[in-house]
Amino acid sequence: MDNWYMLALVGKDRPGIVARITGTLFEGGGNVGEASMTRLGDSFTVMMMVRFDGDKHALRALLEPVSQPLGLQLHIDNIDGRLHQHVEPDVRISVLGADRAGIVAQVTGAMAEAGLNICNLETDVGGSEAHPIYIMHIEGQALHGVDRLHDAAQALLDKGVEVTVSEIDALIG
Amino acid sequence: MAVLEILRYPDERLKSVAEPVAEFDQTFQDFIADLEATRQSAPGCVGIAAPQVGRSVRVVLVDVSTKPKITHHGHLALVNPEVTAWDGFTVGREGCLSVPDFTGNVIRAERITVEALDQFGGSVKYEMEGYEARAVQHEIDHLDGLLFLDRLVSRRSDLFRRKKYQKSGGEKG
Repeated sequence: MDNWYMLALVGKDRPGIVARITGTLFEGGGNVGEASMTRLGDSFTVMMMVRFDGDKHALRALLEPVSQPLGLQLHIDNIDGRLHQHVEPDVRISVLGADRAGIVAQVTGAMAEAGLNICNLETDVGGSEAHPIYIMHIEGQALHGVDRLHDAAQALLDKGVEVTVSEIDALIG
Repeated sequence: MAVLEILRYPDERLKSVAEPVAEFDQTFQDFIADLEATRQSAPGCVGIAAPQVGRSVRVVLVDVSTKPKITHHGHLALVNPEVTAWDGFTVGREGCLSVPDFTGNVIRAERITVEALDQFGGSVKYEMEGYEARAVQHEIDHLDGLLFLDRLVSRRSDLFRRKKYQKSGGEKG
C-alpha cells in the first residue's frame, strides 16, 4: 500500500505541536513527506504530506487522541500526490508599502490576468499599529512570460502599489 | 571521452577538501575532457567541479555562455582557483547535479576576481560578475567540501535585486 494524504492542522500555538503530531504519526507507521508549517498570528498551522498504509478513518483515529487535547482542528484528504513533483518558480514578486484593504486581491488579480501561477506566497504586516506596512513575497511561474508581469507591475505602480518582479533563473552547477 | 558518474548528496566524498593539482600531463587533460563531457551530458548545467565525480582535486569547469543577456568569459577551466576579491552581494536560485530535484536561494558575491591556472598550468585572472560569478563561487565551494545546501537562505527574506519601475506620469488624459 502506498496511500498519500494531505493533513492540515490549525490551532492556538504552543510548544510541542510538531513533535507530538509527527511522533504519533511515526509510531503509528506513517511517514511524513514534504511539509509547510508556520505560526500565523497566535495560531500554528501545519500542512503536510503523509504516507500511511491504512485508510483515512484509521489515520484520523491515530491522530485525534493527540490533536484534540492540543486544541488542533484536523483535516485529512486523500491525494494522488507523491514526492518529487516540485514546480520550479521562474519569477519572484515583491510588494512593499503602506497597508490598506484589498492590496492582495489587487496585486494577485492583476498578476493572474498577466499569467502568474503562484507556487508560494508569504506576507507580513510590520511597522506600527498606527502606520502598518505590508510586505508580500510571491514565487511563481510566468505562464505568459515575464514581460507581461513587468507590464502588470508598471500598471500597479501607476495605481500606487509598489510591486517588483524579478526573474529566477536557477543555476545548475 | 567518457561521461563520469556524479556523486550525490549525502555522499561523504562531497564534503572533503580537494587537493591542489600539480601535474598537467595527458592523464589530467583526459580527465578535463571527461569532466566537460559529464557537464554537457546534464541538461542546463553551467558548471561542474572535480569532487562531484569523486576526484578530490581542485578543478572546476564553468560555461554560462548559453544564458542570454549576461556578460561572461566563455568556457573556463579553472585549476587551483582562488577568489582574491569580492564586491557586493546578491541572492539567486541554485541547484546542483549532486542534489537532484531541489533548488534554493543562496547569497553570493556580486563581483569577484578569480586567480587560477588554466588546464595547461598557465596563470589566469578573471574579473567577473552576476551569473558567471555565482557559478564560479558555487563550483569553488565544491573544492572546499561545501554544497549550496550549506548556504540556503529563507524564502521569506527578500534580498533579490529589484527592477526599478518609473511612474508613467500623468500626461495621459
